Amino acid sequence: MLKNFFKTFLLVELLKGMALTGRHFFQRKITVQYPDERTPYSPRFRGLHAQRRYPNGEERCIACKLCEAVCPAMAISIESEKRDDGSRRTTRYEIDLTKCIFCGFCEESCPVDAIVETHIYEYHGEKRGDLYYTKPMLLAVGDKYEAEIAKAREADAKYR
Amino acid sequence: MAEIRNFTLNFGPQHPAAHGVLRLVLEMDGEVIVRADPHIGLLHRGTEKLAEYKTFIQSVPYMDRLDYVSMMCNEHAYCMAIEKLLGIDVPLRAQYIRVMFDEITRILNHLMWIGAHALDIGAMTVFLYAFREREDLMDCYEAVSGARMHAAYYRPGGVYRDLPDSMPQYEFSKIKNARELAKLNENRQGSLLDFIEDFTNRFPTCVDEYETLLTDNRIWKQRTVGIGVVTPERALALGFSGPMVRGSGIAWDLRKKQPYEVYDRMDFDIPVGVNGDCYDRYLVRIEEMRQSNRIIKQCIQWLRANQGPVITDNHKVAPPKRVDMKSNMEELIHHFKLFTEGMHVPEGEAYSAVEHPKGEFGIYLVSDGANKPYRLKIRAPGYAHLAAMDEMAKGHMLADVVAIIGTQDIVFGEIDR
Repeated sequence: MLKNFFKTFLLVELLKGMALTGRHFFQRKITVQYPDERTPYSPRFRGLHAQRRYPNGEERCIACKLCEAVCPAMAISIESEKRDDGSRRTTRYEIDLTKCIFCGFCEESCPVDAIVETHIYEYHGEKRGDLYYTKPMLLAVGDKYEAEIAKAREADAKYR
Repeated sequence: MAEIRNFTLNFGPQHPAAHGVLRLVLEMDGEVIVRADPHIGLLHRGTEKLAEYKTFIQSVPYMDRLDYVSMMCNEHAYCMAIEKLLGIDVPLRAQYIRVMFDEITRILNHLMWIGAHALDIGAMTVFLYAFREREDLMDCYEAVSGARMHAAYYRPGGVYRDLPDSMPQYEFSKIKNARELAKLNENRQGSLLDFIEDFTNRFPTCVDEYETLLTDNRIWKQRTVGIGVVTPERALALGFSGPMVRGSGIAWDLRKKQPYEVYDRMDFDIPVGVNGDCYDRYLVRIEEMRQSNRIIKQCIQWLRANQGPVITDNHKVAPPKRVDMKSNMEELIHHFKLFTEGMHVPEGEAYSAVEHPKGEFGIYLVSDGANKPYRLKIRAPGYAHLAAMDEMAKGHMLADVVAIIGTQDIVFGEIDR
């Protein structure tokens, strides 16, 4: 009874809470100074899409249209044609990133590892149309980051 | 004498304490609520109808977006419904992974809840502390699935990939020197399981911190004790589930009452409240976090000791391994069939429910034998809880409505679906 009275009167529980926040004030901060440092990302990370090429420069995509079929958001559209050398290639390969839900099914379904979701999460469009990625844009992303993409695929290959 | 009329007040949908897009039309007598009328549907995306036009596997990522703070639990109910209709078994390791990630999801959800609930009532600090722990769990999500939130990790027949053997690490930057970097990466040296174990060892202390800030705090108690009281009888009649019904003193938990996956092998307790007010529900959720922590520890132990497949080898349901697909014609055909046509689920109907962090989350699935569901009905716990808003808020003050919204743990993704 008396103990309770003192507890109430002396703001014990409030002071305890303040002591806790006070301790945290002097502790090491967990803030990540974003543009200068980054949080780690896993090799499975699903970010911006890219189209890959074989080491000899030939594009991987064979226009089988599995990704187009599996895409839940119907964000991928493909048109294909027989090339002069007789192989089947896409003439149009477009991903509407405003529709895409980044589920990773396109990468999962691709039998030749052509379409991949990379670790890149910093991209933007100033107009809606800027996020409509065409084949040259996707190939450019792939060419630029091929080293990292290949490394991440290799790290995750044994689980797939 | 002048005529006195009740004042009608619009609460939300842009109110920060409305937890998303809740619009409450409040009829007020001074500062006292006479009637609370929730208007919903502002986040309606038609998930149920969309699912009818997608193959079974294509709907998995959309389940993440129902209750967007407990993603994997939604997927779980959906995958279980399909497995029930298909009559396939899930490998044991996949079941343990699912249980572990369900409990990680529960902690994620409750951390979000405690932060938002306390922030609404006026305690800022807990929010920051809760998000600090959430970050670690998000890393676990990302390590297995590649996405911090919308995982699409559970698949009919198991889970997509096994747990990784290594964790991603912080890389060198000009902000942190080598010693600081080593300290940051200390718990990332081993596998994902080591990382989660490190978290489970740390986490009880973190819950103690939240409790130090809130449990005995007189302001917190003034705002929650005796607010939104629901008797056990009314809780049952209103169709409550999860912490809402347990806060009223009914020990109802699907993990115990109708164990799914490997919950019957787990050792954990169900916390129940006594008075059925906001404070009891707060205590129930706090204890649930500790119990989830216990379950995760048991899962880690088992997963360490036992290896095995994580997805069914029935290739009519789950795609074959990539190596097999690239070297074997039959598997390649399976791969193509599965990703274009999808699987055919036998005719029939199934209801599967999981103990979602918010209550009973159920998927009622009707199949006519095609590769798409004939009808998919989502039973969202938040919907029943929100329907009781009028009853819970009546007679309370305006500021208590915020506490009641917080205690109901409302997320609009699942209510409006």
